[in-house]
Amino acid sequence: MSALFLLLGVSIIIAISFLIAFIWSVTTGQYDDEFTPSVRILFEDDRNKKSKNDQSTIEKKSSHAN
Amino acid sequence: MKGKYNCYHCGDFCIDDIVSDGNHFCCNGCKHVYLLLSENGLCNYYQLDNTPGIKVKGKFKGDRFAYLDDESVISKLILFNSSHQINVKFSLPQIHCLSCIYLLEKLHQIESGIIQSRVNFQEKNIFISFNPQLISLRKVVELLSFIGYEPSISMQDAISVKKKNTSKKQIIQIGVAGFCFSNIMMLSFPEYFSRGNLELPELQQTFSWVILLLSIPVFIYSASSIFLSAINGLKQKKINIDIPIALAILITFSRSYFEIITNCGSGYLDSGTGIIFFMLIGRWFQNKSYDVLSFDRKYQSYFPLGVTIKKNGIEQNIPITKLAINDIILIRNNDLIPADSLLMEGDANIDYSFVNGENIPQQKNVGDLLYAGGKQLGTSILLRAIKIPSQSYLTELWNNSIFEKNKEKKDSFIHPWSKYFTLVLLSIAFIASIYWQWTDPSKVLLVLTSVLIIACPCSLLLSATFTFGNMMRIIGKHQLFLKNATVIESLAKINHIVFDKTGTITSQQKTAINYRGIPLSPLENDLIKYTTANSSHVLSRSLNSHFSVLSNMVSPSFLAYCEEGGKGIFAKTAETELRLGNSDFTASDLLNNSLKSSAVHVNINDNYKGYFEIVHPYREGLDEMVSKLKKKYTLHVLSGDNDAEKSTLQQIFGNDTVIYFSVTPQGKLEYIKALQKKGANVLMIGDGLNDAGALMQANVGIAVSENSAQFSPACDAIIDASSLNKLPSILKYTRMSKVNISIGFAVSILYNIIGISLAVQGKISPVVAAILMPVSSISIVLIAMITSKWSEKLLKLSIIKS
Repeated sequence: MSALFLLLGVSIIIAISFLIAFIWSVTTGQYDDEFTPSVRILFEDDRNKKSKNDQSTIEKKSSHAN
Repeated sequence: MKGKYNCYHCGDFCIDDIVSDGNHFCCNGCKHVYLLLSENGLCNYYQLDNTPGIKVKGKFKGDRFAYLDDESVISKLILFNSSHQINVKFSLPQIHCLSCIYLLEKLHQIESGIIQSRVNFQEKNIFISFNPQLISLRKVVELLSFIGYEPSISMQDAISVKKKNTSKKQIIQIGVAGFCFSNIMMLSFPEYFSRGNLELPELQQTFSWVILLLSIPVFIYSASSIFLSAINGLKQKKINIDIPIALAILITFSRSYFEIITNCGSGYLDSGTGIIFFMLIGRWFQNKSYDVLSFDRKYQSYFPLGVTIKKNGIEQNIPITKLAINDIILIRNNDLIPADSLLMEGDANIDYSFVNGENIPQQKNVGDLLYAGGKQLGTSILLRAIKIPSQSYLTELWNNSIFEKNKEKKDSFIHPWSKYFTLVLLSIAFIASIYWQWTDPSKVLLVLTSVLIIACPCSLLLSATFTFGNMMRIIGKHQLFLKNATVIESLAKINHIVFDKTGTITSQQKTAINYRGIPLSPLENDLIKYTTANSSHVLSRSLNSHFSVLSNMVSPSFLAYCEEGGKGIFAKTAETELRLGNSDFTASDLLNNSLKSSAVHVNINDNYKGYFEIVHPYREGLDEMVSKLKKKYTLHVLSGDNDAEKSTLQQIFGNDTVIYFSVTPQGKLEYIKALQKKGANVLMIGDGLNDAGALMQANVGIAVSENSAQFSPACDAIIDASSLNKLPSILKYTRMSKVNISIGFAVSILYNIIGISLAVQGKISPVVAAILMPVSSISIVLIAMITSKWSEKLLKLSIIKS
């Protein structure tokens, strides 16, 4: 039965860590805008895009060569 | 195929075809924005959405934002300031699509001085940080305006930048309460199932102590707002709804702590924390506001921040607060007049529609008095200020005492209930403890506290907060946005409805154009289209958008073209001479003022053809809405406009409806006051500044808005213009609120009767209390949800029917 005491302690510590995570996420403003970040992540960075495209074509070419 | 394209940038029809990189543009403004974006590799803007651009309106004037160089203005606007970084937040009502986010977050690619820009799509604002050594605030604003996103900067925004930390605190309070409540529930389960007797007393004791520790943050932190409001109520010697709740919480917690510490029981902390958790959720639900909308706007937010004045022949921009009497003000096309002033120079054509509801722009002569709030349409004019902005005629209205005090908070119909409830409860507890004093004095304390704990008025309150909060959300779906949930109750009591005319029951954006006279040939029709395309006058604009090209005519080359401010346009092509304008200018037989609506007369080759009558049409579904509302309510119409529309209005509203014309803003306020004196509950529906007083005075004021980002005066609710015809159904829905809450009440009273009858007999066991209390709270929340959902179905049905 003494295992119950240990489990009790562990479960509460885990629960408290989630509470702290929740408070942190609220205070740092992660809920201020629920829409824009989901869109922002989809935009490609234009400057990197070019080099990426070049890279992928190079990769393709090399795979063709193989 | 020339002239048959849509603009690549804004999607407008191209009249002058301007081509760049194989793309077509309607004007040079749009082309320049395109060039700027393509130069900086931001053409993705056009791929994310079709023609996402915002049409560049008029010419971009170099010194329009000069007031942003003024230190005192800057310090009011910025959030953070250091030598290398300035942070600022602007509201950009134009944000409408994904392309907007894309472009606005890439500003740093256009101007290297901008460090970062972040868009909040839902709140339609942008956060920009920039390096003040590389770029000035004014340059940032000018860049935003150039690409079509002109920030709305007003005096009121500048005054109050900070807000909103309170809602974060509220959410954390709910989070803490929810965390503690659910963990306490978990630890209480063994007790529920073992009927209060755990086999291992050690384990039970540990559980109790952990529960006690978990409940402390709820008691001290989460419930603090309830205690504070109860204390405030006591200080003001008023019994508010929080006093009995605070009392119940206090008794529940202290008795539970006593039981746990003395090891004589396990207390009621599960239900105690549960009730606090549900109460907080209910309040948050009820107070959830629409952040994008502003319900408390004053005249300051309507006025611009800066104004151009002429001193010793030099134009300079100053903040509006520094405007002094006798300053010479320069007002350009579409600028607002910031203070009452005299016209010195130029053709004044002032649109007062937002101020007093008059439809037609007024022609003014040099020396005339111009009131603040009017909008100049046409060429630039010079004015001499005779009053400072805060003392002008329009702003005086705000000095009316009605704006000073907040609207009296009328007691919700739950309040008297809860008062009686508290009284009855206290007397039951008192009588029961006297009885037990006689029979078994050891049980007195137990009975007294259990009666008070069991019969907490919380569940009564929960049913009201949840029902109202849910209804407010549902009404919001139909584009009527309420300031807070108490408006629902006020709406349910309405028996008189007062309408404003201009902008409320007529559409402000749409114009209907009727032509009266000798029919025009397609060629003549097209000529008018092309002629008006070159003018920025409002009437030309609306005429221009009314026509479509009928013949295959290409934009003609004009031999002569001149626009005489306030008179009309003269245009000459190889074959024809066209005069568009007022009756004198076009040699009409009609007197200018005999028509009560705006009219543009047409004269072709010295033959008077006829005139275009430009009217704002009534909103769709108005007839039906009026006939429905008339069954239940007494209707009134107060218009600031002249009585040109009297017969039409009388036809729509019927002969029994009172219709007044040429009512002043003050007059509207007085009219509503008079109605209220006779005992009426008045709903005012209006839109402009001229209705502001009436909206405040009325029991409920609803502002009609064609674009929720646009300015609307202080009010209790904002309705989207397209939803105005749903009003009868929505009002019916609010009347159902009373039924819904009563159902919740009945159930919670049933719980209370069961609980109290057990408690007075001293039979209440911890198990019964522990189960009864959370179950009653949860079931009441559920009932509130179900009843408002059910009435939403009825609401939908009645909307479909109409």
